[in-house]
Amino acid sequence: MTGMTAGEIRDAIAGRRMSSREAVQRCLSQIEQFDGQVRAFLSVAADRALDQADRIDGRLAKGEQVGVLAGVPVAVKDNMCTRFGKTTCASKILAEFASPYDATVVAKLEAAGAIIVGKTNLDEFAMGSSTENSGMFVTRNPWNAECVPGGSSGGSAAAVAARMVPAALGSDTGGSIRLPASFCGIVGLKPTYGRVSRYGLVAYGSSLDQIGPMTRDVRDAALLLDVISGHDRRDSTSINAPGTKSAARLDEPIGTLRIGVAKEYLGEGLADEVRAAVESAIDVYRGLGAEVVEVSLPHSEYAIAAYYLIAMAEASSNLSRYDGVHYGYRTPEPDDFIDLYSKSRAEGFGAEVKRRIMLGTYALSSGYYDAYYLKALKVRTLIKGDFVEAFKKCDVLACPVSPTPAFRIGEKIEDPLAMYLGDVYTISLNLAGLPGVSIPAGQSEAGLPIGLQLMGPHLQEERLLQIAHAFEEETDWHTRVPPMADAHAA
Amino acid sequence: MKITPTIGMEIHVQLATRTKMFCSTPVEFAAEPNSRTCPVCIGMPGVLPVMNRKAYEYAVVVGLALNCKIAEFTKWDRKSYYYPDLPKNYQISQYDQPLSHGGYLDIPVGEGTKRIGITRAHLEEDAGKNVHDQPGYSGIDLNRAGTPLLEIVSEPDINSAEEAGIYGREVQRLVRYLGVSEADMQKGHMRFEPNVSLWVEPDGGEGYFTPIFEVKNLNSFRALERAVAWVIDYHQAELNRHMAEGKPYTLEAVGKQNWGWRDEAGRGEFQRGKEEAHDYRYFPDPDLVPVVMNEEWLSELKKRVPELPIQKRARFIEQYGVNLADVERIIADRETADLFEAAVGVGCDVRTLVTHFIGLWSRHANDRGCTIAQLEVPAKRMAELARLQHEGHLSATATTDVVSAAFTLDSSRTYAEVATEIGKLQVRDAGQTEQWVEQAMAANEKAVRDAMGNPKKRKAAAGFLRGQVMKLSRGQADPKLVGELIEKRLGELAG
Repeated sequence: MTGMTAGEIRDAIAGRRMSSREAVQRCLSQIEQFDGQVRAFLSVAADRALDQADRIDGRLAKGEQVGVLAGVPVAVKDNMCTRFGKTTCASKILAEFASPYDATVVAKLEAAGAIIVGKTNLDEFAMGSSTENSGMFVTRNPWNAECVPGGSSGGSAAAVAARMVPAALGSDTGGSIRLPASFCGIVGLKPTYGRVSRYGLVAYGSSLDQIGPMTRDVRDAALLLDVISGHDRRDSTSINAPGTKSAARLDEPIGTLRIGVAKEYLGEGLADEVRAAVESAIDVYRGLGAEVVEVSLPHSEYAIAAYYLIAMAEASSNLSRYDGVHYGYRTPEPDDFIDLYSKSRAEGFGAEVKRRIMLGTYALSSGYYDAYYLKALKVRTLIKGDFVEAFKKCDVLACPVSPTPAFRIGEKIEDPLAMYLGDVYTISLNLAGLPGVSIPAGQSEAGLPIGLQLMGPHLQEERLLQIAHAFEEETDWHTRVPPMADAHAA
Repeated sequence: MKITPTIGMEIHVQLATRTKMFCSTPVEFAAEPNSRTCPVCIGMPGVLPVMNRKAYEYAVVVGLALNCKIAEFTKWDRKSYYYPDLPKNYQISQYDQPLSHGGYLDIPVGEGTKRIGITRAHLEEDAGKNVHDQPGYSGIDLNRAGTPLLEIVSEPDINSAEEAGIYGREVQRLVRYLGVSEADMQKGHMRFEPNVSLWVEPDGGEGYFTPIFEVKNLNSFRALERAVAWVIDYHQAELNRHMAEGKPYTLEAVGKQNWGWRDEAGRGEFQRGKEEAHDYRYFPDPDLVPVVMNEEWLSELKKRVPELPIQKRARFIEQYGVNLADVERIIADRETADLFEAAVGVGCDVRTLVTHFIGLWSRHANDRGCTIAQLEVPAKRMAELARLQHEGHLSATATTDVVSAAFTLDSSRTYAEVATEIGKLQVRDAGQTEQWVEQAMAANEKAVRDAMGNPKKRKAAAGFLRGQVMKLSRGQADPKLVGELIEKRLGELAG
């Protein structure tokens, strides 16, 4: 069963060839077996998951109508609020936070019958690209335990790659779904900004954050997106459009296809083996009859600066509520209430979070606002314009996800700038609010997965997934299993 | 040297929406602490605000009534500061694009009106309250957190403490007329922050402003007037002292300061100077979408602006001949003014009705601590009462008794019926009145003799007899008729 996708498990349960309890139990035993090494989960809600599974099995036995994910075990990143357990954001400051409400995505998953088995590790408050910034512990890449799983949704990516769950949710502010998906050899989709409700997602960069599925194949990504997407009146920024019906469209012929290749995305700093993987992926599309057109995204070079200014400015404000008075860790013996604030925050937040809060606070300060924040917003508008122009010439853009495959744990942690530069191919999409997907498309010499990123126009997830699915039909990268999980899962 | 106090006002008005500004939690005064909260208004991790459309409409209606330009596009900004009563440590407000700006409000000053410029009016969410009623620690009550607040900022067009008070009351009356706020001072629905400075014009020198003191959080008209008067005096004293020492006391040299007001001590209290001014790090709230005001929506909101108090005041004086001293009572609130006009519409003597509004009905309203309209006496009955008195069926005193009796009796009966029942209806029957006169004169022979024999005592004696007749009739006799009949009878006796 650990080899099965979410869709296959769903079908097996619906066809009474497998019980939901059995599916959940197998996940739990996989977690038991591998998570000591991978450390993908911050918490596992085993008893609750089994109870929920029994409930689904009971309903099926009675012949009741169930949802499209009935009985399927999934995991969610621990920055999405759940009524059960803790919602920690992998931060000491929220280590004891028990949410009294469910995030909209959590409610939608459960309404569709999915069983949430646990909550996954992340860089503290989703700030990072390696999951090394977790305030709890580092998650390891199932393909090579010496390497990072990518971040910030590293726990979700590693859990899916190591077959602990068939699917998980991640959140993507600057590449946090796509990058770990690429490093762990799975599919990760960042939907259009506003496609999926952010209600209950603990905010990092509110104008950039977006929740999306992380799965073994494109069909599962479509399945999950169809469940979690759609307008939510609790989120003013959610787009007033019905949810997607992408799963139903996957098998339609892709028709005329123009693949755009942006020269800015294949320039300096890109590892040869990643370039080779992207080029051969483009060849696959050529083989499917696609026309390959060169496009330009001329403002790409300013994207990193603009992204980090906007994300950090928003973060500095979003995280101000964790002060020891209202939410979060409280220093034991403050001198006065100012001291209570500063000590609680100094002791509760990790180094990277503090760095971003300080930089963001600075960028918003009187006298600097125009030079930094306002200028970043202008760059953002230009970058959006770049994409609008590019998509006049093509249906999707094909490009790398990351300049290199997964790097070694500790390799970049002392050099924040090098870490930020690793986001060069993913952040523009967040600034533009557009959908993008990372799909397995190669392997490095060292045996690490390499992802291909496909970017689509506003609200074109259905088409984007259809095109990604066509690639999967021609290749078998998505079927590869990390040696660790493979040896045991036979 | 000429000195002109110069005052600009910031007024916070709590809007009377059913629910809070950015969530659906009901607004309720004096509820159990923290019982009127939800994850959104207490800023839980992961929550998002959703704008209360009603609050926005209320705010626009006020903007229209203040003759402001209504913005076609507004956005929400975060104002950051750390304080325990502010759950998110930022307040959602409007910074550089308020929903309305550039208007004015005419206020009644003396016999005429004075125009006060309105800089802007914008919406924001209120904070909670720190509660210091326990030894050793402070509590935080977040029931008020997220309540919609309208901030109205005036131009520095106010020139005295008295004008500040008038302006405050006029804003209170305005928002009540518009039906967008109860503006109840006791419940903290209105808070004032006057910015007080003096404009100094030395003889032959160039004019300058003294420092500006912003007095924070005044929550009564009395505190407002006293605080402004105190600051004006304080500035004057400081100005004199500085001049004597040859030092400048100017806005340029000292800057702007925040002051508190200690009402019991009757004096201000320095809070902070310009050096400690906060950097609020305003930036657009990414969780909210901008509000776009279209023609259709705006014209619908324009229809909701009724005749304003200042217009009504002028019209009532003109149309009903109400004098300046009386008109305030009648237009005190919109419902009372409407009731007055409805009674006029039913048909009665307007002058008598005015007398009733400023006397009789005001007294009943004051006794009950409500408005005249809230007495719930229908316009038809008010008109009936005015008619009964005007036509001589009720004396002024009897009117008062009838109304008092009617409040305790079955209200389905007309005032005429009530008056009959309690025997207050004036008897204008000459036969009955003659009988009473006969009786009274028979019983008071000395008075009759005095009246007839002694010209000096005649007037007093006739008056005494009239009183006796009224007593006999238990007040029902028409005093005018009684007087006439006594004169007639005395004439006959002298005959």
